[in-house]
This record gives sequence, C-alpha cells and structure tokens, in this order.
Amino acid sequence: MAPADPHTLDPAGLTPAELGRALEQVGYLPDDGLSTAAFLALRMHRPLFLEGDAGVGKTSLAHALAEVTGAELVRLQCYEGIDASQALYDWDFPRQVLHLRATETAGGGGYTDAAELERSLYDRRFLIARPILRALEHSPSVLLIDEIDRADDEFEAFLLEVLADNAVSIPELGTIRAEVPPLVVLTSNRTREVHDALKRRCLYHWVAHPSYEREVAILRRRLPEVSERLAREVAAAVRRMREADLLKPPGVAESIDWAQALHLLGADALDADRASATLGAVLKYQEDAARIRDTVLAELAG
Amino acid sequence: MSRPVRTGAAGSPTAVRAEPRHDFTEPERDFTEPERDFALPRRDFTDVVLGFARTLRHAGVPAGPDRVQAMLSALGHVEVLDPGQVYWAGRLTLCADPEDLERYDAAFALYFGGRRPVGRTAATAPQVIRPAPFEPAAAGEDEQDSDDSPGFAVHASRHEVLRHKDVTALSATERQQLQRLFALLAPRAAGRRSLRYTRASRGRVDLDRTVRRMLSQGGEPTELIRQRRRHKPRRLVLLIDVSGSMSPYADWLLRFAHAATRRAPLGTEVFTVGTRLTRITRELRLRDPDRALAAAGRAVPDWRGGTRLGDALKAFLDRWGQRGVARGAVVVLCSDGWERGDPAELGVQLGRLARLAHAVVWVNPHKGKDGFAPVTGGMVAALPHIDRLVAGHSFAALEELVEVIADA
Repeated sequence: MAPADPHTLDPAGLTPAELGRALEQVGYLPDDGLSTAAFLALRMHRPLFLEGDAGVGKTSLAHALAEVTGAELVRLQCYEGIDASQALYDWDFPRQVLHLRATETAGGGGYTDAAELERSLYDRRFLIARPILRALEHSPSVLLIDEIDRADDEFEAFLLEVLADNAVSIPELGTIRAEVPPLVVLTSNRTREVHDALKRRCLYHWVAHPSYEREVAILRRRLPEVSERLAREVAAAVRRMREADLLKPPGVAESIDWAQALHLLGADALDADRASATLGAVLKYQEDAARIRDTVLAELAG
Repeated sequence: MSRPVRTGAAGSPTAVRAEPRHDFTEPERDFTEPERDFALPRRDFTDVVLGFARTLRHAGVPAGPDRVQAMLSALGHVEVLDPGQVYWAGRLTLCADPEDLERYDAAFALYFGGRRPVGRTAATAPQVIRPAPFEPAAAGEDEQDSDDSPGFAVHASRHEVLRHKDVTALSATERQQLQRLFALLAPRAAGRRSLRYTRASRGRVDLDRTVRRMLSQGGEPTELIRQRRRHKPRRLVLLIDVSGSMSPYADWLLRFAHAATRRAPLGTEVFTVGTRLTRITRELRLRDPDRALAAAGRAVPDWRGGTRLGDALKAFLDRWGQRGVARGAVVVLCSDGWERGDPAELGVQLGRLARLAHAVVWVNPHKGKDGFAPVTGGMVAALPHIDRLVAGHSFAALEELVEVIADA
C-alpha cells in the first residue's frame, strides 16, 4: 500500500531510534521507551496499551503516529454505556424504511421476489460505519481507543473479539476484514483496572512525566513563540509542583497551556504576579492552587 | 547504572507507601556500562528469556507463557545485543501494571546485571515476616460442644447465640462454625441508573428495534418496542484497618470482604490500611476463603502495626479513589478510630472521600459494646463526614452491615 504522503515512512525498514526521530519531526518528542513501544506495535501488529496520568501525551502519540505513517486517524472516545452500535456499525433504519416504501410505491421496483428485496435492504449503502469499522475499512489507519477505562467490562470483551481478528462480521452482509490491520492505540487514565485478558493482547507502556530537559524541548517545540527562559522556568516550576504532593499534579498538557497563557500576557520569564494570575491553567483544584501560592509562588516573589 | 532500583524500600510487592505516587519522572536509563558481559549466547537464547521470566514471576509479576512468547517475538524485532532494547522489549511485553514496573526493573538488574538488587528482598521472599492472618483452630478443642444433643431447637438457638456473640470471645469450634456461616453473606451495593438500556414493557420507544421489527414485517409498524435504563450495582470499596488494636476483628472483616468479592468480583475493591495502604482485591478473588485470606496475609506488610489512617486514606484517594475507584461508590471503612497520626488530617481526607463517594459507612467493632461513645481522636474527626456508623463485632452485626450497604 503506497503511503498517502511522499514524506511518510514505511515502518518496516525502521529502527526504534529512527521512529523516534520521525516522531520528533512531527512535533512529538518521545523517550526511548515510548519509541520502542511504538516501533514494536508497528512491527508486531499488536495494540499498544498506554497508561499514565492525564495529560502526559497518550492521545497525542496516536496523532503523531498517524502523521508519521501517513495513516488516517480514527478516534473512538469511550464512555460509560458505549456499545457495539456506537463503536462498530449501525444500520440506517429510517433510510431502509424509506427505501422499502419507495419500492412499494414504484410497484415492486423491479424486484422479482421478496428475498431479493430484502437483500437490497441490507446493502452496504445503508450501513453506517462507526469508528472501528471505519478503521478496518480504511488502510492504513491508526485506531485510537481513548480512555478505555471509562467504558464498561461488556465493551472490553467485545473489543477483545474485534482486536483478535481485525475483522467485523455483520450477519446481514458478511465479514469485513482489514486489508492492513490498523495500528491500535488504547489509552487509559486508570480510573478502573482494565481486564487482564485485554492487556495480555497488547504491548503495555506506562507513560511517565517527561524529564526536565525533555519537557523544555517539548515546550519549545510546541510553542516556538515562547522564550527559552520562560520555557525553562515553567518546566522547572511544573516539576516542583509534581513533587509537591498535589491532588492533581499537572501533566505536559497543563505546562503547555500555562506557558501559552503566560506568553499571551507578555511574559518572557516567570514572575509571581503573572504566575498567580494564570495558575488556573496549570492547577485544577483550589486546594492545590492555595498550596502552590504559599510555596512555589512565594519563593518566586522572593 | 542508574536504573531505579530503590533502596531501603522494604515491603511487599503490592504495598503502596503513603508517599510515592506514579507520577514519578521517567529516569533516563543508561545501559552503556553493563556490569557483566551482556552478550546473550545464541544457542540458549530462549532459555535465557525463560529463566528471566521465571525470575520475574518470583518477583511477583504474573508473566504467563503468552507474555513470554510476546517477549520472544519482540526480541526478534530489536537488536538483542543492545541491553536498552532488550530491557524495553521485555518491559513492554511482560508487564501489565504500574506496580509491575519496579519489580521488573529489579528483576532485570538481578538477572542481567548479575547482582542482587538492594532492598527488594521482600519481593522475592514474601513468607518472611508475618503470621498467617488466620491460625486454624486446634482440632479436638471444645469437644463438649459436639457432645450436646443435636436437637434442632438447640441447634437453632446455638446459632442464634453464635450470631450475636462478639467474634473475639469465640471458642475454636465456634470460630469454625462461624467461618462456614460467612458463606451465607452476600454484601452488594444498591444499583444506580446506568447509561445502558434494556428492553422493558414501559418506557421510551426503542427506535432501532422497532424499525428492525417493522422491516421484518414488510414495513408495517405493528408494535412499539420499549426500553428503559438498566440498573447497575454501585462499586463497593472496603478499607480494613489491620493495625494492632483491630487485629481480633481484622480476620472476620477480611472474611466479610471475601464474601463481597465473591458476590461481585469486578465491582468490589478491598484495601487494608494500617501504617500503609495495601490493595488485596486480587488476592481475595481466590475462591476458597482460607486460601484467599492466606494470600492476603502474605501481601499485607503491616499486620498489627500502628494506625496512620489519615495517611493511608490519602494514599488510597491519590492513587485509586480520585481516579475513579471511589467515585459514586459505597465506601466502607472498618476501624476503631485509634489514630496515631494527626486526626485533623484524617478529617480532611474523609472530607475528600465523602465528596467522591456515594456513601461512606464506618464500621467500628467497639460500637457493639456497652458504653460506646465515638470519642477517639479519629472518630471525632470522622463523624461529620460519614453517613452511617455501624458495629461489626458479631455475625449479626455484619448481617446488618450487608443491609446498610444494600440500602446506601
């Protein structure tokens, strides 16, 4: 299958380090573990199961991988109560009824027997492809199953089936199999433990907060307009916040938001006033904000 | 080598200390100076991996055959002479839980580094310190009980006495009888409306099904099929104090927790609290109560230690509760409230818990005794935040707890 974009890579001839560099080129800065994980997922055709705190870049890895491999990204956001008809496919019933009525009005519509009429009702055009089916039909694709921990166990069992075969069987239509199995990325915030059977089929990676240097690099990369000094000071302050035993320690997403907010207020460096005014971008609990105002920000003020 | 083999963190593999959280920064690993010649001899490559998997299982990571198979196939794609790549190929395929990672690092250092990691002895030798939570009753004790006339009335009334007797005052035979009675307990939290629908005779029209039925009947709308929200039981979270002052009751409360876990294996979470927090949900999923309790006993490092309820509760909320385990759940905290730490901290953490949970039930075995007043420091701090305070000193009291949980 020819990649859609001439700049994209064929993952077959890569090493983990090369994949890491390719990811860096599209703006995602992975560490060794993450690039090895992505590399093995591509080579072994195994789903990649990413766990970690909110905002450490689990979802954006899927976006970056799609960009690197020139694949379409199909995202399935999980929530409680999600079921097959929202994840896989659904029949477009109103259109089917319409079709039936129209055929009747047209006096049989050229269908010679009832069986043929029924077959015409379950035509591909009446099938609504939901994310998983779409990912199987479009090769190559990256299927992002986001926040699997929010869905309930029934859904997990169902997912297991689809992931095992890379195929969906539709009773009225037959089996739809992926030409090239999609690269599946599952993410979890660990609000609930995902069943072992599902994890067993995946490569498991715990995404940790980046090191200070990497975080500075990420900030510089994502926000080129922000000054080097501000990026360094934000990364250092966020690092201290993570050590400060907060209710919700900030992730990379929060430090990017914060640096951007500070930049929009015209800051070139971190100062106590602006930091205090923009603290809501990085800390999401009132208790946390109070605590950081008393410690980290108090030190900034001198 | 700067691999994160933590020193001095003695403790069981499943124990979570109050302080470290899983937001640690990924340490930059340096594999440039292996302490032993790393090159894997080609001839017994598979043996090396199998040996490593064995080491890992001893360290407490459940690396089954299919995972080992996955590691072997992952190694087929990376440079096997590069320790860094071997490290990641193994870690990505053999681990499945953040708690596995530290053990994996230790086992990797031990196996490929050729040295014993410091401070992880408890991980490889879980049988060291504590006694089993439940010593089997000595056979032959209390023979006179079985000599009694086995008339039904007598039997029934003996049961009645047994049910109401304080569990600490039982003879060995009575303990055995009571252990069997625990099979009858089936604690389960009440339901809440789920987002999933189920067919019903009344409720809103299920368009999909109705139209499907229409289609099968030539497009004639014959019948409206209805649906309504399904009910889903709330999660039940049990936090059991295993400190010294609670030790006469802890075994029974764990049996209660086992009954709950067996009733709803996926909807129940059990933790022990003492000086630290330990998750024992997995251990209690063993079917046989005695084996489950023995497994839990091995996992808990702080039996009969002190109580730092506030800290342990904080560890629970940070690591599990806030992420979702406590959200909308019925949380049962079993403790006598003897807090060695700061009662104010306990109050703060219970406030957090109360905001997350659907209901907080406090089980205090001393409530069943005459003249009980909630005056211990911990209890006083807790009272504003709890929904129900119940006793848990006898089987009857635990039966009452089942009802409280179901009505919560």
